[in-house]
Amino acid sequence: MEAASISTRRDDRPTFGRSSVARWPDKLLRWGLTALAAAILILIAFFFVRLYIESRPVFSKFGVFGFTFDNNWDVSRSIFGALPLLVGTLVTASVALIIGVPVAIAAALFVTELCPRKARGPLTIMVDLLAAVPSVVYGLWGVFVLIPKLKPAEQWVTDKLHFIPFIGGAAVAGPNYFIGGLILAIMIVPIVSAISREVMATVPADHKEAALALGATRWEMIRMAVLPYSRAGITGASMLGLGRAIGETIAVTLVVGNAPQIGKHLFDQGYTLAAVIANEFGEAANNPLHRAALIAAGLVLFVLTLVVNAAARYFVVRGTRGQRAAPGDAATAAAAAGVGG
Amino acid sequence: MSAVPLDSTFAPIGAGRRRKDKLMRGLLGLGTLVALVPLVLVLYYLLKKGLGAVSWHFLSTDPTGNFLGDPGGIKSAIFGTIEMVALASLISIPIGVGVALYLVEYGKKNKFASAVRYFVDVMTGVPSIVFGLFIYITLILSGNFGSFAGWKGSVALALLMLPIVTRSAEVVLLLVPDHLREAALALGAPRWRVVSRVVLPTALPGLVTGSLLAIARAAGETALLLFTAAIVNGTSLNLGQRMNSLPLQIFTDVGQAQDRLVARAWGAALTLVVLILLLTLIARFVSRRSRLT
Repeated sequence: MEAASISTRRDDRPTFGRSSVARWPDKLLRWGLTALAAAILILIAFFFVRLYIESRPVFSKFGVFGFTFDNNWDVSRSIFGALPLLVGTLVTASVALIIGVPVAIAAALFVTELCPRKARGPLTIMVDLLAAVPSVVYGLWGVFVLIPKLKPAEQWVTDKLHFIPFIGGAAVAGPNYFIGGLILAIMIVPIVSAISREVMATVPADHKEAALALGATRWEMIRMAVLPYSRAGITGASMLGLGRAIGETIAVTLVVGNAPQIGKHLFDQGYTLAAVIANEFGEAANNPLHRAALIAAGLVLFVLTLVVNAAARYFVVRGTRGQRAAPGDAATAAAAAGVGG
Repeated sequence: MSAVPLDSTFAPIGAGRRRKDKLMRGLLGLGTLVALVPLVLVLYYLLKKGLGAVSWHFLSTDPTGNFLGDPGGIKSAIFGTIEMVALASLISIPIGVGVALYLVEYGKKNKFASAVRYFVDVMTGVPSIVFGLFIYITLILSGNFGSFAGWKGSVALALLMLPIVTRSAEVVLLLVPDHLREAALALGAPRWRVVSRVVLPTALPGLVTGSLLAIARAAGETALLLFTAAIVNGTSLNLGQRMNSLPLQIFTDVGQAQDRLVARAWGAALTLVVLILLLTLIARFVSRRSRLT
């Protein structure tokens, strides 16, 4: 009979229950936190709408496609076609990926699979420290060290490779696409490497041990057990690096040359979407159309990074979800390791 | 049965495969070295060119803005950076931790929470210059709040820090063992007390680490301050006025291409990097003291 009085009947307050007054802090906490979370969603929507509204003058004058893909950015005549900027962004980001991703993956593989256990911590910290250096400091370093020191090397490369279009036979400009890409590569190495490391850490020890037990060398183990397993995750990490490279502003502004036309080759001056906003912002204050064009450039940049990051997230999630998916693959990989060379 | 000779069961690895293994291992090690070269070079040049510029006079005077003679130091920039980042932390850390608390305590599985999680990730990917533009549009262009001001820089920095704080806090809060929560609830504690007396104290070192890393990130941010706090020479303690900052000081000095200004840029860069490295080191130290793993 005692137990019955504890039961939660509606009319009669249970022994372990609280009065409604005592419960309101709980409700407050719950709804307060929910409101905070909802505010983030609203903020992002608001964000997008405001950018669009402010850039409408330029979209209505040149059209969305006209603005984005016309090769004509002429501030003095108030003509704004952002293709040179878009091309600059894509070229520098591609250079960054081509240089940065292999280095980042090599560093991740070396730290997780090859290096002595004692060196693992310090190496990880040092690679991560690359991310602690601010963008503007990389820019400063790029302007006063990288550009002058690399110029002869760039000239030598372009002279030797004169038969390759867009790379060879060029007169190297001081600030150029390649330097911009190189600085970006340095900046994306820590992020790509950190995520790759995390993904590689999820490769089951069974797979690796199986490969080694079947006679694979270390490299064969990496190639046949680690890399296939973490491929999706590494792809995602690279895309996140790409997103970072596209949006990076100050360092690129300082070293890319800021010339509003499509460079004729890799070592020519250029411009990027982010750099144009930072650089022309001051002079645009008195010209509403110019200002709208810069905001529109920001919107294009925003959409570009959204797409890239959504894709990256898809790959990273797939990469880590694969954790239990493929027990069979490693067995075949290990079997192949015994045969192949 | 023992007809199979031992050495054919455990055939030695062929010379070709062995060579390839060595080669690839060497390449991976080389890649790691290449990744570290820029770090060493940047630090080397910072020390080489920055140390000469830094002095007490350098740290304790404002930039003069004179075309000739003494360019002055970076006092206003140091003060501006500290003030703006402090206000940004006051805004973003409570909100960020609050959102993370919601995600962990109330929204582990529901759809709304996963939407929030997704958009926090989206915010992480938004370029900082876009945050700057957004604040410029809403707080300056709209004309309701006056011109460039330090607090607007802080709001922009807070937007940048928010997703970093939220994501790191969520990871740490998830590490708080559920049996601690259950024990407190079983003892009759209401939810808000469980959160404030059990969950938050347990997670505190981790929350501090995440916040410090976000602060370090914000301290080095340049692009968004360009549109929000602008630049000025004098030191100001009033967040309602224009405010100088270390990254912007470096950026403008580089653009001037005068030796004495460039020297100041190197000095300011060294100061900034030391500041950020200190924050990062403290963050690592705090996280090591955490009881959660």
